[in-house]
Amino acid sequence: MEAIKTVELTKKYKDLTAVDRLNLIIESGELFSLLGVNGAGKTTTIKMLSCLTKPTSGNAFLNGKSIVNESTAVKEIIAVSPQETAVAPNLTVKENLELMAGAHGFSKDKSKARVAALIEQFSLAEIENKKAGKLSGGWQRRLSIAMALICEPQILFLDEPTLGLDVLARSELWDAIRSLKGKITIILTTHYMEEAEALSDRVAIMKSGKLLLVGTADEIKAKAGTDKFDEAFVRIVKEEIK
Amino acid sequence: MKMLTFSNRNAKEILRDPLNLVFGLGFPIVLILLLTAIQANIPVTLFEIAHLTPGIVVFGLSFMTLFSATLIAKDRGSSLLQRLYTTPLSSKDFIVGYILPILPICIVQTLICYTVAVILGLEITVKILLSVAATLPVALFFISMGLLCGSIFTDKQVGGICGALLTNLSAWLSGTWFDLNLVGGVFKNIAYALPFVHAVEMERAILSGNYADIFPHIYWVTGYAVAVTIAAVLTFLHQMKKQ
Repeated sequence: MEAIKTVELTKKYKDLTAVDRLNLIIESGELFSLLGVNGAGKTTTIKMLSCLTKPTSGNAFLNGKSIVNESTAVKEIIAVSPQETAVAPNLTVKENLELMAGAHGFSKDKSKARVAALIEQFSLAEIENKKAGKLSGGWQRRLSIAMALICEPQILFLDEPTLGLDVLARSELWDAIRSLKGKITIILTTHYMEEAEALSDRVAIMKSGKLLLVGTADEIKAKAGTDKFDEAFVRIVKEEIK
Repeated sequence: MKMLTFSNRNAKEILRDPLNLVFGLGFPIVLILLLTAIQANIPVTLFEIAHLTPGIVVFGLSFMTLFSATLIAKDRGSSLLQRLYTTPLSSKDFIVGYILPILPICIVQTLICYTVAVILGLEITVKILLSVAATLPVALFFISMGLLCGSIFTDKQVGGICGALLTNLSAWLSGTWFDLNLVGGVFKNIAYALPFVHAVEMERAILSGNYADIFPHIYWVTGYAVAVTIAAVLTFLHQMKKQ
C-alpha cells in the first residue's frame, strides 16, 4: 500500500526552484531516506509533505489524503521531528510529552497512557523529571523523536535526527529508529551516508530540487559501479547518474 | 483543551525562568521601596505612594513584553513552533495560548505592587481593585507588543529591543520619574502621543477616585492595545505562513 505519493510536486521561491516536479512513491512501513547536498530540496520536500509550506504546483497524497486540500486530515496522521532540537527547555521530559499529547487533543487517560508507553519505549524513566533544556544533545534528540511519536503517527518525518551527535549517541538513536521499522512509515533526511545505508529500506538522491535516483543501497552502489555507498553518492551527484 | 495545554506550557516556561521573577516581581518592588525611602527624606509629591504606585505598576507591566517576546522568539528559533504547527493546534490556539497565560501573571504582579504600597501606607479601598482591573488593557498592550516583537526578531534582538529600549521608553515617557511639564515641548508631545503616560494617568485617576479624569487616557490605552494586538496577530499569522 502506498503511504506517500507525490505528483509533480514543485516549490518555487521567486527565481529559485527548490523542488522541481518530484514524483515519488513510498510504501507503507518503509524507512525511506532522502539524500542530497545542501540546497538539494530535502527539507523543502519534508516541509511540503508535513503541510508546513504549500507547494507551488503539484500535489502529494499521504495515505490517500491531499496535502493541498486536506491538510487538517494529513496533520492527524503525521508527525515531524525537526532538524533543530525542538523541545520546550523549561519543561521536564514528561511535561514535554504531555504537551504534545495535549496539542493533539488527547483525553487525560489517553495522554497518561501514551506518555508512560513512550517513556518506557525510549528508556526515559531516569530523566523523566529533568528539564529538557538540561539534557545532553543525544537525550534531547531522543526526546524529540518520542514527542513526535506521541500521536501514534502513521507517517513520521525525521529531519537530520542525528546531526551533531557523537558516535555513541548516534548509535543509540539508530537503535531507537530501527525499533520503529515496519511499524510506521519513516522518511529520513540525513547527510550521513552510513546512516542512510544502515537504516533505510530505500534511498532517494536529490540534487538542485530534482530527483536523480531511487533504489536500495545495493542498487545505488551497483548503478554507480562501486561497493562503497558514500562513493556511490558522490558519483551520482557529480555525474548526475540516473 | 488543546489551547489550554499550550497556554499552560507557556506559563510554566515564563515562571520557571528565575530572571523573569527577578525583573517582573523583584525590580518593581525594589523601586517602590527605594523611591518611598527617598520620599521619606526629601518629600516630593511625585513620589507620594498614591502617586508613585500607578507609575511603578505600568513600568512593571512593560517587562511582560520582554517575557512574551523572548518566549515566542525562542520557540521560533528552536523549531518548537514548527513542530507544533504540524499538530492540530490552530492559529487561534497559538495566539490565545501565548496571550492568555501572561494576563494572570500581570494581575498577580500588579496585586503584589499594591500590597507593598499598602504596607508602605497606601489606604486600603475598593479603588485599588478598580485600578487592578484597569490594568487589563495596559497588560494586553504590553503582551501583544511582545507577540509582535517575538514574531519579528530573534531572541537576542528581543533582549535589546524589549528589554532595554521599550522598558526605558515606558519609564522616561510615563511621567513616573519626573513631571513631563518640566521638560515640555516636543518631549511632552511625544510622550502624550504614546500610551505610557496615559496608562499611568488613568491609573492615578482611578486610585484617587477622580473617575472623570480617566478620559481621554483610557481611549489612548485601549486604542493602542487594540491596534498593537491586531498588528501582532497579523504578523504572527504571516510568520506562521512563512514557516
